[in-house]
Amino acid sequence: MRFTKRRSSIEARLNRVEATMLRSMAGDLLELLEDDTDGSEQDPLAALVGMPTGPVERPTDPALVRLLPDAYTDDQDAADFRRYTESDLRAAKRSQATVMLAGLDAVPAGGRIPLEPAQADAWLGCLNDLRLILGSRMEVSEETDLYPEPDDPKFQGLEIYGWLGRLQESLLAHMQAGAR
Amino acid sequence: MTAPAQLDKPVADDQASTQHPWVAIVWNDPINLMSYVTHVLMELFGYTREKAEAMMLDVHNKGRAAVSSGTREKMEQDVTRLHAKGLWATVQEDS
Repeated sequence: MRFTKRRSSIEARLNRVEATMLRSMAGDLLELLEDDTDGSEQDPLAALVGMPTGPVERPTDPALVRLLPDAYTDDQDAADFRRYTESDLRAAKRSQATVMLAGLDAVPAGGRIPLEPAQADAWLGCLNDLRLILGSRMEVSEETDLYPEPDDPKFQGLEIYGWLGRLQESLLAHMQAGAR
Repeated sequence: MTAPAQLDKPVADDQASTQHPWVAIVWNDPINLMSYVTHVLMELFGYTREKAEAMMLDVHNKGRAAVSSGTREKMEQDVTRLHAKGLWATVQEDS
């Protein structure tokens, strides 16, 4: 898969395997970001006035915490802030993933996807979210060998992680070339 | 250079210290690409490439850096925007 520049828009070109893999990962991301607030936990007054009422608790999945991090180092401040903002943050990230999925759905066997600036922005953010999830799952740190031996249990995951990073870097380079 | 987080006019040191402005801190993480962090700082805050790169390197080398400052409400907005872009950021009172 690669990105090319076409006048004002950028074009993503990808084969069937790449399209299938990205679609699957973006679908998983959407599922992960589903709002898990159930009605019973809603603050009735907030619900009455239409205020968003997200869960107060930090997610237990470390990859999800990385996507929806604490806004304060103090636990109480972080919980208070999360309560009123997490739902919107989840929605913003779902919207990015939806843009990418819509593009991928148009070319089930792979092909060319034209990206207008707003779409390219959504793809860039979504690719970053996918890297954050996979990187968290692979426990990537500054010390991680990103090119392990093929018999390493993390080999395949890190291969995909590296691929996503190259895609993101390439898309960003094309976006910046267009901005000049 | 655009720096929307700066105070409207310069204030004397003693005055600044009693105003307790808040800051948005970006923390280093091993996943986000350096080029992407620079891009986000330029896009969200209108910083020049030079300024955004200097901040990104501060984050990378020192583990964290303040990327904007102002009222608590403004910093909460900024941190929310940084989270939407996938950066690891927190709000704190400037010490």
